[in-house]
Amino acid sequence: MIWVDTIVQGILLGGLYALFAAGLSLVFGIMRLVNLAHGDLIVMAAYVILVVVSFLGINPFLAAAIAMPLMFGFGWLLQRIVLNRVLGEDILPPLLVTFGLSIVLQNALLEGFTADSQRIGAGALETASFAVGPVTLGVMPVLTFLSAIAVIVGLNQLFYRTALGRAFRATSDDPVTASLMGIKPASVFATATGIAMIVVTIAALYLGMRANFDPTIGPARLIYAFEAVIIGGLGSLWGTLAGGIIIGVAQTVGAAINPEWQILAGHVAFLVVLLIKPRGLFPRAYD
Amino acid sequence: MYIVETRTKASRIAGIAALVLLVALIAAPLFASRSMIQDLFFILTMLTLAQFWNLLAGYGGLVSVGQHAFVGIGAYTLFGAGILWGMDPIAALLICGVVAAIIAVPTAFFAFRLAGAYFAIGTWVVAEVVRLLVAQWQTLGGGSGTSLPPQARDFIGVETIATLLDVRTAAARDIVTYWLALALAVATIGGIYWLLRTKRGLALAAVRDNIEAAKSVGVDAVRMKWLVFLVSAFGTGIAGGLIYLQKGRVSPDAAFSVTDWTAFVIFIVVIGGIGTVEGPIIGVIVFFLLQSLLADYGSAYLIVLGALGIVIMLFAPRGIWGLISARTGIQLFPIRRRLRRAATSTKPTTGERHG
Repeated sequence: MIWVDTIVQGILLGGLYALFAAGLSLVFGIMRLVNLAHGDLIVMAAYVILVVVSFLGINPFLAAAIAMPLMFGFGWLLQRIVLNRVLGEDILPPLLVTFGLSIVLQNALLEGFTADSQRIGAGALETASFAVGPVTLGVMPVLTFLSAIAVIVGLNQLFYRTALGRAFRATSDDPVTASLMGIKPASVFATATGIAMIVVTIAALYLGMRANFDPTIGPARLIYAFEAVIIGGLGSLWGTLAGGIIIGVAQTVGAAINPEWQILAGHVAFLVVLLIKPRGLFPRAYD
Repeated sequence: MYIVETRTKASRIAGIAALVLLVALIAAPLFASRSMIQDLFFILTMLTLAQFWNLLAGYGGLVSVGQHAFVGIGAYTLFGAGILWGMDPIAALLICGVVAAIIAVPTAFFAFRLAGAYFAIGTWVVAEVVRLLVAQWQTLGGGSGTSLPPQARDFIGVETIATLLDVRTAAARDIVTYWLALALAVATIGGIYWLLRTKRGLALAAVRDNIEAAKSVGVDAVRMKWLVFLVSAFGTGIAGGLIYLQKGRVSPDAAFSVTDWTAFVIFIVVIGGIGTVEGPIIGVIVFFLLQSLLADYGSAYLIVLGALGIVIMLFAPRGIWGLISARTGIQLFPIRRRLRRAATSTKPTTGERHG
């Protein structure tokens, strides 16, 4: 029975990783940009929520709702001012610029908030749980998982049911032809990064409520997100959720065997999938 | 009759200047203070790491953000050889490179499966895996690390230098490691320059500039990538071993530090000028000056370095050396092949090929 519990906890943890990954996947899908600062942006959003909570003394969910437009604006400007300049055939400039951004963000957060670990207090919600048969589920992990599903459903609706989604897909396929139809790729990309930052804020909310965080944990979140994306297969958001679940289950099972193996087990699961299915479990895009 | 040549007038002058500089650097321990020798050691080892990363990213098009894996592997191989087998550390340096190159084989096997930009994060994952595995290795101190045992601290040459120069053993250790770092940096620059001037170097540049066109004239692009990746791992491993031979103490978090061994190295290359042999040399000098000026400010220093890297990538993607070179046309390590009429050389340059 303990194994059932371990696996269920792993699946729920996978929801958090899918939330980390959804923003990364969105940005890559639309503009083929791999953002090495993605993890640090999640941590930054967690600090934004923390500041709003402590200044206004409000519920973290409300604080996240306030943080979302701020992060959207930040993402929009970042794309418009910096990242749009480096998009192109050459993969080197975007990688190096986002890597630089990662270092800048990390150290700016260290300057502003010190290296002390922080947590977004969620009151009774933190420890609340309910029993389903033999397994006890924490309310917070379940909420995280449901949010991940909601985000994926929401993004898919946006992609396939709205004019903006059509513009995203058109620009992703061929920016030049899309611009002939009156779409402005530069502003479509900025909007996409803005939306990715909203997803990042949701991920940050759960990251900050579930565990302690400090300015240095960004790169590890980037790596989990990346692993989930690759396991799922590029271009498939549901695949990303599956990828997150695989990492989550591998980590909880690894931790159950030996607590020191938790992180390692997740990476090994990723390498095994890469070995067996180099293009991921549910591949869709060809690049 | 035409002959192909790469040498320029500037490169001949630079060659002579480099020789003078080299003699001065070799003689440095005779007149320089111990802290200056340590600074020079730091500069030379960072330069070596930067040259290998530049070979990888600037010439091979392989943007790795996991080179700290090979620094850590080199460091731990050196300590392992010293602690487990009682080997002389200097003899073990070569093994550091070999072990790094061996571990680079499965790394490349996994990372090459990831297309384009995802290769970068793939190398980072492998570095994490290696760090976590090494932290489990209790004989070498596990997560908290270990020191080099006393018998391994007095490696070949230390006693002799201590007597000859009349310095304490600790200072003599710094001098020997400094000379090794100098030899490694010179061998690295010379080796990479030589490689770029050979047929393989031309193939490498062709792959970087246009992979499809390179393939169409018979260049085996995959083999070139493997070659560059393994050579870089080998050199980075030796540098890692040497850095930690000088430090005398190793821990997983320090030896596999992404900031120290990957971020700094990337910024050195980007600031100096990616894709040139001169770039990392300029970059390491700028990096050292910035560090001397701003080291007291801690994380503010890293913010400045990161921001400078971003600004250069946005507005001068060829770096400082790129700006100098574009304005003056000077190439200190020319690899561009030019055709010259051999018999009656009235027109020195009749055709240029991009190298």
